[in-house]
Amino acid sequence: MFSLKDKHLAQSIVEKIRALHVQYRFMHVCGTHQDTLMKHGLDVLLQDCGIYIGQGPGCPVCVTTPREIEEMMVLAYKGKIITSYGDMLQVPGRDTSLQQLKTQGCDVRTVYSIEDAVDIAKSNPGKDVVFMAVGFETTAPSTAVTLKNNPPDNFFVLCCHRLIPPALGALLQMGDVNLDGFIDPGHVSTIIGVKPYESLSQRYHVPQVIAGFEPLDILMGVWMLVQQLQQGNAQVENEYTRAVHYKGNIKAQAILNEVFIPIDVKWRGFPEIPQSGYELHEDFSLHNARVMFEDVLAPLDQESFKEPPGCRCGEVLRGLVTSKECPLFGEQCTPSSPVGPCMVSTEGSCNIEYRYKKNRQ
Amino acid sequence: MCLAIPGKIISIDKKTAHAVIDYGEGTQRTANISLVSVKKGDYVLVHAGFAIEVLNEEEAKETLALFQEMLSSEQES
Repeated sequence: MFSLKDKHLAQSIVEKIRALHVQYRFMHVCGTHQDTLMKHGLDVLLQDCGIYIGQGPGCPVCVTTPREIEEMMVLAYKGKIITSYGDMLQVPGRDTSLQQLKTQGCDVRTVYSIEDAVDIAKSNPGKDVVFMAVGFETTAPSTAVTLKNNPPDNFFVLCCHRLIPPALGALLQMGDVNLDGFIDPGHVSTIIGVKPYESLSQRYHVPQVIAGFEPLDILMGVWMLVQQLQQGNAQVENEYTRAVHYKGNIKAQAILNEVFIPIDVKWRGFPEIPQSGYELHEDFSLHNARVMFEDVLAPLDQESFKEPPGCRCGEVLRGLVTSKECPLFGEQCTPSSPVGPCMVSTEGSCNIEYRYKKNRQ
Repeated sequence: MCLAIPGKIISIDKKTAHAVIDYGEGTQRTANISLVSVKKGDYVLVHAGFAIEVLNEEEAKETLALFQEMLSSEQES
């Protein structure tokens, strides 16, 4: 229906950028953007005309902290049925991954949708079912709808949802990554709209473009950023108008406000970022795994959690190093034997780099 | 994770707020439509089993036209 792969148009955008002889560094925060960039060789094409685009903390599975994984481990050992999206279950924790706990007799199940986890709870009335709710603003509404729909009493959510604009703010405030502009994530923006990004452009004078996921969307997004920089502008522009309205999905926002409260949370690779995560509103405490299993999870408060030795996922997520700059990349760390989450998730930049570039010079 | 696939609404079950979505090439699945206001025949973006937005075909065509226009006007200037 929407074909945005026109080679002629793509070529003219690239030539226009090349003619300007610029050197800019952009960041996007979405694994799907990274996939499009790598799959179509746009990263090489753009680098050739002075544009570097790296992936920041745009992989929900990757930014989930070791502590959150350990919370699920504890619940798995206590006999709960553990459910989450496939990539999440494969991220190495302190000793093993949730997926591997199956070999120790734990009940761990991959689901496509949170509704599958509710169905598991309905078919296992005598057991507690915990859904590890990861994902950005794109995914959080599905958790909210499900909790509003009166799930069974034996269904619980371990809320790990995180919010993109506060993370972009944290990156700019930390100031250790040199950035000329952001390509904002299309499907996060489908939910939140354009407005939540605007204060960042005003405060840090950084241009942003919300872009879709076809090759032309990204090239056009880059062109719009370049134009803004050339003209000295710093605004939020929307390239993905076929799916993103200025106000976003108001229905989804209303239900998010009803079910969640924003809280300060850590992200992997980052210190605590103010108001960058969601926890369930107290009206939903009966389904909040952290409230209902507080006694079981409490011992984790006394523990400290470290990244796997040698893993540079934290720096990759902050845009400080590329996947290939990690000494473990492609050697000790591969998709079949990952050390860090960025190699596990199909949205992680190491995994994407490995899939598309491992055999290319 | 934020991958969302476009598909066409084939039928709607209002009672359960679910719709059958056709993704092309013979693939059909149900999705929850609580987050959108839709009718049969609409194209939606589906993420993790939930339709998150209605796709605007007119906007899609306009985007392409706008690209062409922007690039050609740049060339003239």
